Amino acid sequence: MCLAVPGKVIDIFKENGLSMGRVDYSGTIAKVCLEYVPEIQIGQYAIVHAGFAITILNEELAEYTLSTWEQYDKLKDKQSPDILS
Amino acid sequence: MKYIDEFRNPIHAINILKQIDAIWTKPHMIMEICGGQTHTIMKYGIDQLLAGKVELIHGPGCPVCVTPIESIDNALYIASLPDVIFTSFGDMLRVPGSHNDLLNLRSQGADIRIVYSPLESLQIARKNPDKQVVFFAIGFETTAPGNAMTIFQAKKEGLSNYSVLVSHVLVPPALQYILSAPSNRVQGILAAGHVCTINGWKEYETITQKYHVPIVPTGFEPIDILDGIYKVIKQLESGDSYIDNQYLRSVHKEGNIHAQEIVHQVFDVCDQKWRGLGVIPASGMKIRQEYSDFDAELRFEYKDISSYESSECISSLILQGLKKPSMCAVFAKECTPSHPLGAPMVSGEGVCSAYYKYQRIVGSEKIEVMCDQ
Repeated sequence: MCLAVPGKVIDIFKENGLSMGRVDYSGTIAKVCLEYVPEIQIGQYAIVHAGFAITILNEELAEYTLSTWEQYDKLKDKQSPDILS
Repeated sequence: MKYIDEFRNPIHAINILKQIDAIWTKPHMIMEICGGQTHTIMKYGIDQLLAGKVELIHGPGCPVCVTPIESIDNALYIASLPDVIFTSFGDMLRVPGSHNDLLNLRSQGADIRIVYSPLESLQIARKNPDKQVVFFAIGFETTAPGNAMTIFQAKKEGLSNYSVLVSHVLVPPALQYILSAPSNRVQGILAAGHVCTINGWKEYETITQKYHVPIVPTGFEPIDILDGIYKVIKQLESGDSYIDNQYLRSVHKEGNIHAQEIVHQVFDVCDQKWRGLGVIPASGMKIRQEYSDFDAELRFEYKDISSYESSECISSLILQGLKKPSMCAVFAKECTPSHPLGAPMVSGEGVCSAYYKYQRIVGSEKIEVMCDQ
């Protein structure tokens, strides 16, 4: 439906009047249209789908999600959930 | 932070499973909407991890699978015309039409090119002014902004040799179609994270209130999926039904306003036929009058093509979550990725291709699955 991947913006330029950028996917560099994320800055991560950046990834909320999962570790009353046995 | 490995950490999986185990009291049936989520579930065996506690029902969120056969047949017709360069995402080339497929047509000499982005089709149009360049625009809300941008840009640049064959679909009407069916078994929803990244989750509020189902916009990494399932189970166990956004780093309530503006400028909502589900009111998008010069359906004289589906393919039942691929008589036998009878076996987001790839065998009858990929 919407195979999209996070990538880091490393360059921003204009092409045919469109705001474009170069995005680094852990070593693979691709050209991406940035028209839908006009506020994006070099160094930020975007979600890219079919050549278009569709949102700027919110690092603060990503860290919040990860920290919530780390809180779950505090559930000590059960050793290993029977789901895994 | 690179937003991938951090969200695949097995420690988090164990912690979330502990949480699920601590609150679970009865079996639940949860639908994941998106084909990308289905493939993550199957690849990481999340369905097996939760077997007996949660049944995951696979939704119609595979754009290739739901594109109506009439659109495939129309694409085949246009692509066969002289002086046409037909461009499409790769998955669409192997989807069976009534009598042929685009990959086969290409081997018969038609100029059919795979593109990763519609922007490449626009570039091909710039470089081939004497050819008619057509882009096959299929997909959900996530893909529509890109396709709309190329139509908007073609009009701005006066690229008169560019046109788009549109077969767009929208999630909320299809979700209501599934939830209102008498045979519906779905109790909670993992909403498609990137559809919600574009349109936000405000349009799901009426659905969660009307059908009393928890809806959790969810990401695509394995821990995102587990977390989304946990959030749905929390609501089902407490009898709640509201929207709980799991994919915080990407989804906001209002979505991407810039993208929505261009989509509304270029497209109108319309009734749409879904392969396997039939016509769903107000569930598609078509090019608006102001941009009709770029509508391939109007540009190329539409030939009345009689379309027909393989009678052996049960994809309509699979797309509604009423059957699993492994319950299909031709699954992994006559129907394989190299010889697909239906679209869900072709697409990289299709349920059948997920089952085939990750070899899901159900029941006592052991299906010898020769993975020929």
